Amino acid sequence: MNEYYFRTEDLSVGYHGNTLIRDIEIRVKAGDILTLIGPNGSGKSTILKSITKHLAAIRGDSFIADASVKGMSYKELSRKLAVVLTERIKGELLTCWDVVATGRYPYTNTLGLLSQEDRDKVWAALEKVHAAELANRDFTAISDGQRQRILLARAICQEPEIIVLDEPTSFLDIRHKLELLSILRTMAKEKGITVIMSLHEIDFAQKIADKIMCVSGETIRHFGTPDEIFRPEIINDLYGIADGAYNITFGSVEMPRPKGEPKTFVISGCGSGVGTFRRLQKEGVPFYAGILYENDVDCQVARSLAAEVVTERPFVPISDTAYDRAMELMKMCETVICTGVPLGETNRRMAELIQEARSLGLLRDGEGGTDGK
Amino acid sequence: MNQLSMSHSGVRRVRYGVVFAGLIAALVLLVVWNINTGSVHISVGNIARIIFLRQGELSEVNIVWKLRLPRIIAAAVLGGGLALSGFLMQTFFGNPIAGPFVLGISSGSKLFVAITMIVALQYIPFISSWMMVVAAFVGALIAMGFVLLAARSIRQMSMLLVAGIMISYICSAITEFLINFAKDSDIVNLHNWSQGSFSGTKWSDVYVFTAIILVCLVAVFLMSKPINAYQMGEAYAQSMGVNVKRFRVLLILMSSLIAGCVTAFAGPISFVGIAVPHLIKMLLKTAKPILVIPASFLGGAVFCLFCDYIARMAFENELSISTVTALLGAPVVIAMLIRRHGSKA
Repeated sequence: MNEYYFRTEDLSVGYHGNTLIRDIEIRVKAGDILTLIGPNGSGKSTILKSITKHLAAIRGDSFIADASVKGMSYKELSRKLAVVLTERIKGELLTCWDVVATGRYPYTNTLGLLSQEDRDKVWAALEKVHAAELANRDFTAISDGQRQRILLARAICQEPEIIVLDEPTSFLDIRHKLELLSILRTMAKEKGITVIMSLHEIDFAQKIADKIMCVSGETIRHFGTPDEIFRPEIINDLYGIADGAYNITFGSVEMPRPKGEPKTFVISGCGSGVGTFRRLQKEGVPFYAGILYENDVDCQVARSLAAEVVTERPFVPISDTAYDRAMELMKMCETVICTGVPLGETNRRMAELIQEARSLGLLRDGEGGTDGK
Repeated sequence: MNQLSMSHSGVRRVRYGVVFAGLIAALVLLVVWNINTGSVHISVGNIARIIFLRQGELSEVNIVWKLRLPRIIAAAVLGGGLALSGFLMQTFFGNPIAGPFVLGISSGSKLFVAITMIVALQYIPFISSWMMVVAAFVGALIAMGFVLLAARSIRQMSMLLVAGIMISYICSAITEFLINFAKDSDIVNLHNWSQGSFSGTKWSDVYVFTAIILVCLVAVFLMSKPINAYQMGEAYAQSMGVNVKRFRVLLILMSSLIAGCVTAFAGPISFVGIAVPHLIKMLLKTAKPILVIPASFLGGAVFCLFCDYIARMAFENELSISTVTALLGAPVVIAMLIRRHGSKA
């Protein structure tokens, strides 16, 4: 048996014989979560559909535990692989229980009658997604979050070895996103079920996935662990966004920095500046920020929003280089905003900086121009 | 939690039981009622003797055995078939308004049966029931082919129905045209038939359509599992292990065969195929094929027996069956449309 539970060999996918993406080489171990990320229309769904055999592969093949998906009948495949799709379930007059019960389809007799064992498994699946109380509700009358959980229960009920989900968290609020993803995570790790899904929320992808595949363009340029993939150059290139807009460490997003010649300098520290940076961005005011230690939260945000950030290495006294640069920039400004800096041994010179601003008459009143403690 | 579910599924079961018992009771009642009424009055006792002992006055025996019984069986079996065929087409198109009549399938059958009769009668003196069925089936398939072609380029469901209605008009127009030019006395009946009617059913026909429709009923019932999966949408059905391509072909063949068979013997009959499955789903409060298939068949039988009773008895001249089914079925369809639209808005 191959080390990898699921793999694709030389897979090319597309529609009507036109190749969209070629040379796809996926390698996933049992119980791992693979997440496909990439911009809209990049072909994430196309890849997923080809894996699930909803779309014929143009070239190459996928293998589940070394068994060729191409060579498998739909029936065989249905016992190994379950799906949660973006398209709405049609059906009418279905209760949630009924929807989940359709997951038992590959195991029921000719007429599709459920045995007691099947019923128990439907209940167990509902419990697993914390949706037992929805059992008798009309499937069309529940919320998006509930619907996704029911569809996941349906997939679980199918007792697959691998689950493929196409953007399962779209339209869900943050609580339901978290809930759904943690259910997936638990399932993958406890039951060893392999999960392949596409996600729009790359911050979640970073946190939940064992493997990430970046989909954009004709070939797969990046496939690896979140640590390997979540680098500014890869992510910025993947989505075509400006440097600094997406904060890799926190998975947070900042609006584009204001353009123009800055006339404002913000003195802050230890998170006190974040609100002010964002307010200035909203007002379209370009600004400088400093002097910030590289490990300061303010520094993370300022790097995305400020025209220039004067930084210092962590835990060392503020150097002349940093201080001089800050003074230089400050003198080019018309306003200095101080949002408050806790002062300590190493950043003692911040007090000097504030003093300079005050004596230059630049320090704006009412901006919390405190010297800290 | 499981306690609660038990009681819920208990309620469901009682509902199913009541609906089926009600349908069977209505069927029996309508059969008796239909045998018992007509332009010639025959007492119930006499009828019982005629049917079970085959004793009685020759004229009465003839009325019961040659006129009323075959007609009742035709209304019941073909009515059930219509509902069944409607249900299959609704499943196929994922549209509650689809049915053999609105999609023009019945009219396609009608045209082909008319052509067959007119052409064949020039060479042979007699047309067998089987020939009619084959012609109707071919006509149904060709009309269905056109509908499918339209469906490929028209994604919008309402436009698909308009296409179906247009196909229906074209076929009907050609049929009328042909009938007008056919002077042969054998074809006089053709006009009546082309309006839809259960009258004039012969026992030789009864054997043929009963055999075909019942075999189809069993076959469709055995398809309830994939139909159930298909109701969820094609992609999900496939992920459950259904070979969707093969299944779609099977659906088309079955629904066309049933619709063609009904049309061959009773002409085109409107609205049964849409109204009955809808009413049945409302009564059962489920769309599960394993229940809806037999219940729709029973419901179609009951509906057509009732409509045929009105067609025969309401006025001195017999009405065409479609007149009655449209009058009773169309409001049901309109009500369904309003309800669906209302709930979506």
